[in-house]
Amino acid sequence: MKEKDIILKAEHISKQYRLGLVGTGTISHDLNRWWHKVRGKADPYLKVGESNDRSTKGQSEYVWALQDINFEVERGEVLGIIGKNGAGKSTLLKILSKVTGPTTGEIKTKGRIASLLEVGTGFHGEMTGRENVYLNGAILGMTKKEISSKIDEIIEFSGCQRYIDTPVKRYSSGMTVRLAFAVAAFLEPEILVIDEVLAVGDAEFQKKAIGKMQDISRGEGRTVIFVSHNMAAVKSLCTRGIVLEHGKVVFEGGQNESVDYYLSVESEKAKLDLIQRKDRLGNGQFILKNIIFYNKQDKAVKEVLTGNYLKIVVEVDKVLEIDYSKLIVSIAFQDKDLNTVLLFSSDELKSDFSGLDSKFELIIPKLMLRGSLYTLKVVTTYGSTMQKDFIDVVDNAGSFNVIENDLWNKGKNNRRLGQAIIEGEFTV
Amino acid sequence: MFYRVKHQKNRLFVFQTQISNLPLTTKASSQDWLYTISPKKKLIDLNFKEIWRYRDLLFLFVKRDIITQYKQTILGPLWYFIQPLFTSVIFTLIFNNLAAIPTGNGIPSFLFNLAGITSWNYFSSCLTGTSDTFKANQGIFGKVYFPRVITPLSIVFSNLIKFGIQLLVFISFYIYFVFFTDKASNALPQLTIILLPILILFMGLLGLGLGMIISSMTTKYRDLSFLVGFGVQLLMYGSAVMYPLSYFKEKVPEYSWLVEYNPMTTIIELFRYMTLGIGDFSISQFLYAGTISIIFFLLGLVVFNKTEKSFIDTV
Repeated sequence: MKEKDIILKAEHISKQYRLGLVGTGTISHDLNRWWHKVRGKADPYLKVGESNDRSTKGQSEYVWALQDINFEVERGEVLGIIGKNGAGKSTLLKILSKVTGPTTGEIKTKGRIASLLEVGTGFHGEMTGRENVYLNGAILGMTKKEISSKIDEIIEFSGCQRYIDTPVKRYSSGMTVRLAFAVAAFLEPEILVIDEVLAVGDAEFQKKAIGKMQDISRGEGRTVIFVSHNMAAVKSLCTRGIVLEHGKVVFEGGQNESVDYYLSVESEKAKLDLIQRKDRLGNGQFILKNIIFYNKQDKAVKEVLTGNYLKIVVEVDKVLEIDYSKLIVSIAFQDKDLNTVLLFSSDELKSDFSGLDSKFELIIPKLMLRGSLYTLKVVTTYGSTMQKDFIDVVDNAGSFNVIENDLWNKGKNNRRLGQAIIEGEFTV
Repeated sequence: MFYRVKHQKNRLFVFQTQISNLPLTTKASSQDWLYTISPKKKLIDLNFKEIWRYRDLLFLFVKRDIITQYKQTILGPLWYFIQPLFTSVIFTLIFNNLAAIPTGNGIPSFLFNLAGITSWNYFSSCLTGTSDTFKANQGIFGKVYFPRVITPLSIVFSNLIKFGIQLLVFISFYIYFVFFTDKASNALPQLTIILLPILILFMGLLGLGLGMIISSMTTKYRDLSFLVGFGVQLLMYGSAVMYPLSYFKEKVPEYSWLVEYNPMTTIIELFRYMTLGIGDFSISQFLYAGTISIIFFLLGLVVFNKTEKSFIDTV
């Protein structure tokens, strides 16, 4: 068996935060803490606290943002950390990059950690691009000598040669980001910790940045810890993944398995409280109760990759028995600006609902939509599609995310620009 | 210094406890951890090696402060001269001409005030500059780790450059008064002027120490930031900037201890003695100022150290 070369090891990392009005009324807690310390007792506030679920109102004003996190990273590995907002990703990154200390536990490393939680930290608008490269590089832990030896490469990589001796405040925001990322790209620590900084700049620059990231991890054998919401980036960059939920590690494995787990982890929560909605139109002969999205494996999901299978199941509550063969159902996919992007209408499809019991389904074999959030408007009518025949109509009855994917298998993710994606080819 | 970063190669007992918890395959590699991030326990945890490694950052911060301070101003670095000069003129008008505070025979009041203001300015700019370290650098501190103490140190150094320029102004006026007028017949630098660099160090340490204490406390209790603004101004009146200590003792003897035990009074009095020969010098005064400055500096380091680990969660 090949011996593992562990470069970083996190043991029982926990982090506690106090909720509410931090900074007021803490003198009493400070005094209480101090009094316990004097008597040689443990900190009384370390015992309280509950796991971190943003949506439920907790009993305690202390929460654990991270609880007993353990993991190991091998040399040369690219570890992706996935989780929804509030899962503790940023806290973990902050601890890894030594911005804040853990409440308990230890992280041991065999090399210097450089962190990139933000590009352009410490940039000063009044200074020129070149001066900022030096300052930013030094903040990130490089010495002046190191920066001087790389300055030409950094400037070239940024593509800002022409403006390099102009104050940064005259730069466009894209140029600032390019310059900042260029500095970061030439960091050479043993372990690099990166927050979602890849999502910057224009497409050309993003490609360059991702390429550079790949060089760092593969070519130069550096260890990278990467946090992202961009599942496609995690899949293409990482070699392993960790899924965080409510401050705990809920899954650890290969990058693809981790992404799949993350996409379906919300299965229970994918059910919506549609039935409690009051903002509906129609005569209420039946009520739309619930909308659930399923993937090909029949797992409830909130996210689906571009070009993948999607099944939408709409559960209904019958109030009055009517002739369901006259039922017309329309489901409209709407973008963030409520423009209808797709429309599925049962009168066009001549669908027959006469056997309707408690639910109906819409199956989309290939969802040709680009990455974005889409909401559903469901319209059910009787006989015609006129407003007088509305049975139940709900705007924003459900929503799901489309995750960008490499649909054409060309090694490049489809952009999050526009909505529809269909086949086509360029020729000369 | 922020975390316990230490070399564990020689600590055998650590390996043994680790090995028992680890799977077999990682046994060999578990023995040479270079750095450890953990909740900090030690009181003072200064890692001088690390600070030394970040010396370029210190230099670049100083450079940034200097070049950005007067950007887009018409007068630019002239402001370094204008501020002490105008203050001295006003002080001379109010305190010496109007209130008739004597400044000693054969020494122009203007030169007396300029000496006091130049040295006071260094101390007060160190104090106010460092007193909002955490609040002002929240953005950087929340994103990147470097030894936090670099930031207040850089403020002390950039103020030192400013002080150097203002000292030149003082010297020019001194030369003017001594060689081109006959008003400064008694203004003679003393031999103890060789101790001036040490005195300047004391000023810096005192300002830095107090500033670090205040900046640490303001992360939790914002009240202090209000105090600093007018507190520094009040302190100036209690630091013998615009009057000699001897005159204060003579006029208000019952409260003179307030001014006398103020370490800044001692420092300013010593500064005026060294450069102009006003007042007198005793080694005990010098040691008093030094001891107090070092105590405040060390206290500041301890408090700053304790704060920097957790401040990002409380600020």
